[in-house]
Amino acid sequence: MNVTLKVWRQEGPETPGKFVRYAAQNLSPNMSFLEMLDTVNETITKSGEEPIAFDHDCREGICGMCSCIINGEPHGPEKKVATCQTYLRSFKDGETITIEPFRAKAFPLIKDLIVNRSAFDRIIQAGGFVSTSAGSAPDGNAIPVPKQHTDAAMDAAACIGCGACVAACKNASAMLFVSAKVSHLNLLPQGQTEKERRVLGMVEQMDQEGFGACTVTGSCEAVCPKGISLNFIAKMNRDYFGALLRGSPKATVESV
Amino acid sequence: MNLDARIPEGPLAQKWDKFRRDAKLVNPANKRKYDIIVVGTGLAGASAAATFGELGYNVKSFCIQDSPRRAHSVAAQGGINAAKNYQNDGDSVYRLFYDTIKGGDFRAREANVYRLAQVSGNIIDQCVAQGVPFAREYSGYLSNRSFGGAQVSRTFYARGQTGQQLLLGAYQSLMRQVNLGTVKLFPRTEMLDLVVVNGHAKGIITRNLITGAIESHAADAVVLATGGYGNAWYLSTNAQGSNATAIWRAHKKGACFANPCYAQIHPTCIPVSGDSQSKLTLMSESLRNDGRVWVPKKKGDKRAPGAIPEDERDYYLERKYPSYGNLAPRDISSRAAKQVCDEGRGVGESGLGVYLDFSAAIQRLGEAKIAERYGNLFDMYHEITGESAYKVPMRIFPAIHYTMGGLWVDYNLMSNLPGLFVAGEANFSDHGANRLGASALMQGLADGYFVLPYTIGDYLASQKPGSRPKTDATEFQQAEKEAREQLQKLLAIRGKRTVTDFHKHLGKIMWEYCGMARNETGLKKALELIPALQEEFWKDVNIPGESSDLNQSLERAGRVADYFELAELIVRDALVRDESCGGHFREEHQEEGECKRNDEQFAYVAAWEYKGVDQAPVLNKEPLHYEELHLATRSYK
Repeated sequence: MNVTLKVWRQEGPETPGKFVRYAAQNLSPNMSFLEMLDTVNETITKSGEEPIAFDHDCREGICGMCSCIINGEPHGPEKKVATCQTYLRSFKDGETITIEPFRAKAFPLIKDLIVNRSAFDRIIQAGGFVSTSAGSAPDGNAIPVPKQHTDAAMDAAACIGCGACVAACKNASAMLFVSAKVSHLNLLPQGQTEKERRVLGMVEQMDQEGFGACTVTGSCEAVCPKGISLNFIAKMNRDYFGALLRGSPKATVESV
Repeated sequence: MNLDARIPEGPLAQKWDKFRRDAKLVNPANKRKYDIIVVGTGLAGASAAATFGELGYNVKSFCIQDSPRRAHSVAAQGGINAAKNYQNDGDSVYRLFYDTIKGGDFRAREANVYRLAQVSGNIIDQCVAQGVPFAREYSGYLSNRSFGGAQVSRTFYARGQTGQQLLLGAYQSLMRQVNLGTVKLFPRTEMLDLVVVNGHAKGIITRNLITGAIESHAADAVVLATGGYGNAWYLSTNAQGSNATAIWRAHKKGACFANPCYAQIHPTCIPVSGDSQSKLTLMSESLRNDGRVWVPKKKGDKRAPGAIPEDERDYYLERKYPSYGNLAPRDISSRAAKQVCDEGRGVGESGLGVYLDFSAAIQRLGEAKIAERYGNLFDMYHEITGESAYKVPMRIFPAIHYTMGGLWVDYNLMSNLPGLFVAGEANFSDHGANRLGASALMQGLADGYFVLPYTIGDYLASQKPGSRPKTDATEFQQAEKEAREQLQKLLAIRGKRTVTDFHKHLGKIMWEYCGMARNETGLKKALELIPALQEEFWKDVNIPGESSDLNQSLERAGRVADYFELAELIVRDALVRDESCGGHFREEHQEEGECKRNDEQFAYVAAWEYKGVDQAPVLNKEPLHYEELHLATRSYK
């Protein structure tokens, strides 16, 4: 099959970007979307031009490195998969495919389709952990965890931190990501001690990073490659207001 | 070179205690005076960096990804082993140790493996405390599954995403330390060289992958936890960015490279479908708990799997290895698949595939139970192939997955270069000639949480606080200059072929002559083909763009340049190791298709020493002494 690509090219954050058209020919429908980009890049390279820069690593949908908005949708047309797990059989022969970077103020562009998502790391630094040091843990079976709690925590923990939720949101809100991270730990007994300072710290950091507010449109859940549920946002709001009402101290740098 | 493994004296079970009794300590007030560099943020690197931070050292943590959470440990699916014996099924530290040594075909160091088994339980405790959502029973207690190469259920898991969850645990601990100011992160930064001052590793040279800036970083010790080199074969289950550059360049600065030819070929991957394929996807070995492996008995039988009656199917693993059946170790299962395909009984369009059939398990347990156990794997298979494994059997074929070889380390995980520590897949230490399933995660975390924090202190206590060199020292300046020159040299070629084109070509040579089965003629041929291709690479590679900004072609070119050199060493090692053991199968040495070891001549670790460009590397041998176990022929029959 053959397709035409309309790809966002931008040399750097300070230079203006533009769409550039490329023809991608003789493709197999069983080729992955990124392998199609590889093929186009081989052709561009042979012509002496710089290939399209895009983020990717594991290519099996788990590392969260790949991004891209394909035909207006983060991670493309298929539900519950990342860009790297998108295959050409999801497109029509002769189709024009538009490829853009994730666009959000908190994800500044680096080059072409690559953006900087380190805001997510800083949100985790603000409380997305259990303060346990190696050597101090009790036996793994010392605290039984009801299966339904561990399963729910796992549902939240499945988030791959790709940022598609932010890219899909008209406000570029990071609520789905942050709520998944908060809920993963807040649902487990191990996370109870720091439950309140965790949610306060992470939400505050999220706001500082310039992510927008959540109006619960659900576009984040719709594009999430791991199907993270909107319910976690409700759960996080509950944790957050509870913490506010009780006047819990937020996460602060402890002394080592 | 005299390689001293520094194994503590005394009975095997007491060696680690003896080490900890004798190890020198750094007092708490002095720890902050030491800087440690950790390269790589997978399970080994992230856990080490976090733990060093907890202890009070100053840590600099480097990774090539945009976030430490993306390191390729994230992709491990099946689980992590630990000798907890929660199932009361006869497990013990000794049995985990024995299974690992036997699985490694008696080519691993006893003392290291015993310690690994000893600390395995602590890892589970630590991960649970961090909030890793391991699978649990309705009682609330931890659940276990069985895995290849073991007759007990000792594998802990978090759905099919165990690596991701363990990595998130380590990453979160790392982020906590970043928040506390003990760890500084350097994402999108690649190590280009190791800096050695007065014979000790004291820093690294890096390239900022966004700005292209070349920088020097000095430290009192350097830890490399940069993973394996499976991408030397081009197609592998590794991530696209996984590379050998850090360990290879450290090797060229004097660190010995051990057992490079030991590569694991994983039996359950999705078969290759076309020439543009960029990677192979693994289907967790845990599937073999409930899936049955078979091919048609008849050659060239092209009927649909459902149309082949039961008595015309060959469940060859169950037939050949009745006691382990579908759970035979990875190397054995991979070779068995190759054999049936070589006989013309392979399935799928290419004939390079075997069935992994769940129909019996679905009948026994119901589709819902199978979905609960493997749902995400079945989904993944469906996304890639468009087929539902609930309805038709999966097609699988072996692929390069893990490299047991790596930089040589002693009992303390320190290389022959003092101050250079190597952890996780990047070192050679624990898996011998074949790694058992669910043991990579165990080793990475053992090294990072429970071994390095003790052993690095023993080294640092011998270094005066504040004695580390400054980055304006000549050694740093020289290494920076060389790193810049290599980048310029690559960019100046402006040839015709792309980096990927060369990499693919190298991969084909490696898979053909140094893959699942190897022989003298083929290996010698590869030793001619690789240098010839390498020469062409340096004349004709085409890298557009500059080194002063983000340039993915240039990044790849540097890595592929290293693969050429490493590939030659892999083949050389495979040629010298004139026996079959674990993942290294020399066709000349077999007994009824099984590996035939030669313990008299080859019970050693091959530690290769770099001698310079155009110089043959020198082979140093560390003999393997088995104090506890007797060398025996592996049998899974």
